[in-house]
Amino acid sequence: MKWDEFFVTGEPMIYGAMVSIVVVSLAIVIGLTYFKKWGYLWREWLTTVDHKRIGIMYIISALLMLFRGGVDGLLMRSQLAIPENGLLDAQHYNEIFTTHGVVMILFMAMPFIIGLMNVVVPLQIGARDVAFPRLNAVSFWLFFAGAMLFNLSFVIGGSPDAGWTAYFPLASNEFSPTVGMNYYSIAIQIAGIGTLMTGVNFIATILKMRAPGMTLMKMPMFTWSILITSVIILFAFPVLTVALALMMFDRLFGSQFFTMANGGMDMLWANLFWVWGHPEVYIVILPAFGIFSEVISTFSRKNLYGYASMVGSMVVISLLSFVVWAHHFYTMGHGAMVNGVFSITTMLIAVPTGVKIFNWLLTLHKGRIEFTTPMLYSLAFIPIFTIGGVTGVMLAMASADYQYHNTMFLVAHFHYVLIPGTVFAVLAGFYYWFPKLFGFRLNERQGKLAFWLIAVSFNVTFMPLFFLGLKGMTRRMYTYSADTGFGPLNLIATIGAFGLALGFILLVYNIYWSFRYAPRETSGDPWNARTLEWSTHSPIPDYNFAIVPTVTGRDPFWEHKKGGHQLYKGKYEEIHMPSNSGQPIILAGIFFLFGFSMVFSWWVPAIIAGIGIIVMMAVRSFERDHGYHIPVREIEETEARLRGEQA
Amino acid sequence: MKLDNSLPLEYRSEENSNRIFGFWLFLGAEIVLFSTLFAVYFTLWNRTGNGPTGKELFEIGPVLIETFVLLTSSFTIGLMINSMRQGLQKAAMVFLFVTLVLGLIFLGVEIFEFVTYVNEGATISTSAFMSSLFVLLGTHGAHVTLGLLWGAGIMLQIKREGFTLDTANKSFIFSLYWHFLDVVWIFIFSFVYLKGMM
Repeated sequence: MKWDEFFVTGEPMIYGAMVSIVVVSLAIVIGLTYFKKWGYLWREWLTTVDHKRIGIMYIISALLMLFRGGVDGLLMRSQLAIPENGLLDAQHYNEIFTTHGVVMILFMAMPFIIGLMNVVVPLQIGARDVAFPRLNAVSFWLFFAGAMLFNLSFVIGGSPDAGWTAYFPLASNEFSPTVGMNYYSIAIQIAGIGTLMTGVNFIATILKMRAPGMTLMKMPMFTWSILITSVIILFAFPVLTVALALMMFDRLFGSQFFTMANGGMDMLWANLFWVWGHPEVYIVILPAFGIFSEVISTFSRKNLYGYASMVGSMVVISLLSFVVWAHHFYTMGHGAMVNGVFSITTMLIAVPTGVKIFNWLLTLHKGRIEFTTPMLYSLAFIPIFTIGGVTGVMLAMASADYQYHNTMFLVAHFHYVLIPGTVFAVLAGFYYWFPKLFGFRLNERQGKLAFWLIAVSFNVTFMPLFFLGLKGMTRRMYTYSADTGFGPLNLIATIGAFGLALGFILLVYNIYWSFRYAPRETSGDPWNARTLEWSTHSPIPDYNFAIVPTVTGRDPFWEHKKGGHQLYKGKYEEIHMPSNSGQPIILAGIFFLFGFSMVFSWWVPAIIAGIGIIVMMAVRSFERDHGYHIPVREIEETEARLRGEQA
Repeated sequence: MKLDNSLPLEYRSEENSNRIFGFWLFLGAEIVLFSTLFAVYFTLWNRTGNGPTGKELFEIGPVLIETFVLLTSSFTIGLMINSMRQGLQKAAMVFLFVTLVLGLIFLGVEIFEFVTYVNEGATISTSAFMSSLFVLLGTHGAHVTLGLLWGAGIMLQIKREGFTLDTANKSFIFSLYWHFLDVVWIFIFSFVYLKGMM
């Protein structure tokens, strides 16, 4: 392979990206060396097994990926702003919508949610960490290695270009001859293994490590949503693992799974992809429901309406999520019977979702509502998400779907569920739990301004797409002629997209400003909230709780504050903590090299890296590390210091 | 560390019982993984293109050897855990060793079979049926290979430390893994080979 095939050449924007990657990397290296922060970074972050720090690293990665995917989105919108635009050519446009989808779903929404659940779940159930802290670090670093490998495709070898759904035969060697789709199958695989381990970890954590007295039906709603999400991860991700592996075999080793000859079956890919892909949608939406439940209950000053029906509806949604996958390809020729069945199961999902919407509305009913930033996101979510849901029911009708299948109508629909659902939720959760982690609130005035910009621009961007879709504009077309009449609505959508970008820039400024100037919190409970995470100090000590709390109700901290319940009984005891380790990041680094070699079919380095992975597993197996104990005296000192700061 | 001495060694600490629980969850994911591979195989098994069918390809001899060897190894790993619980370290080591040797024989026969198929001209790229066959069997075989390395590592650790909270826990989890591979093989034997030969 020649060097000019190895690096992507001939695109000014990509040269710009290369230069900026080099400059940013150099700046980071020089900065760390100059301020002598390498040791700090290694000891406190890169080797950490603390769920809070891992959560923060997930969230930082997610924010970075939000901007990477956001720039993709802006490029697409700029290209479509006017008819016959020449900003991007067809190939470049294909690459951009592919990476936009993958990055936003797998490397933005997922890690943002996993970040929040890392931070919050152990605190909400009164635990000191997750069940397997070391595995948690492995999960994070595998996700990170996968994400970086995927992003590398942009400058080395060429990006994937067959859509985030990667349908065959388009994704085969014949029609996607660059290494782009190799990146897709291998980078997502590595990140996916990390996600699967997260699923195992959180089911074990939630089922085995709850504080005494917290029965399943007394768990906070966010924890419930994460339990169900983790179960979906456990049962859906192995399907993706297989699908991606088969894709890799087809592309690298000449197998015939999805080919057009020798018995291969291209539709098998579509089925496997969506058997994972549809539950995946609920993996990113159920935690959002959990976050909104917490936020709405806290800022209505009421307990959550219909707790049991909330849990029940999530369980029903999770079951239904596995039996609706074929609605993604009604038009690909399975008969009326199959379409009918999947049409009905799909529409059924609206029922439990509707139950949840009404529960939130009834929680608000007669509450003392406080319009904080997280609450604004939650309140905006309800009507906007309902639009997304109703258009979803429209798409669910198989016969009608033939009219708007794969049009901009569909694009508008899934942005109307994913943005108010997932993005608004993670932003609400971010604003809501931020003071718990850092000890100060993000500035509310800036936060609200960013909210309004984002909420209004979102509708300006995506509402026109519904109408464009009904007029016949298909998705993934890179340009259109003026006499289609698509021009004006597209221009409006593009203006909205830049408004969205402005909103997110303001959000980043909000974080920066608050770090410098926001007044520090002293209470540990800035929102007057209800659940256990607010009952410990902010910032949170390493061990989370000096004494493991005892729980009797669904809102234990609220009951504690109202004087009816003593949370912390007994005296300090030695606390057992897991020790940090450099193994997870080294393992993930080897996985990265393995993946990179596989992408280019460099067998010798791939085999060496493969052996390296097994060696790292052996090292872990032979290691005897039982962590360390924090003595009582040290706990007393820490607690006194944290209380002292609060006095 | 709080220890509940009424429980067997491998369950005794909270960490240990969490690990066993976590491994059961992981096996749940493994079941989905193999179910998906079986689903792929059942979808493609009569799409043989210009390649051979299962009936032309499969021979009962090697398959029976594989089956007997692997089923026996599942029995011996059970005996190993039984000896471990009775504190018979030496017997446990012997049973673990026998298990690994049986696993190695299984792997040898499987590789021999693969080589035979390839020599007959039936490779992974011959047809969709061959692809799904190789990947299903290969995934199982890769699991066995990893299990052999893992089991050997555990044997060294038992030799070095005897049965402790750690080694007992690892041995028990390894036995779960090994039984699981056996269960998968029963499905492969019944639904790939026997069904294919009919």
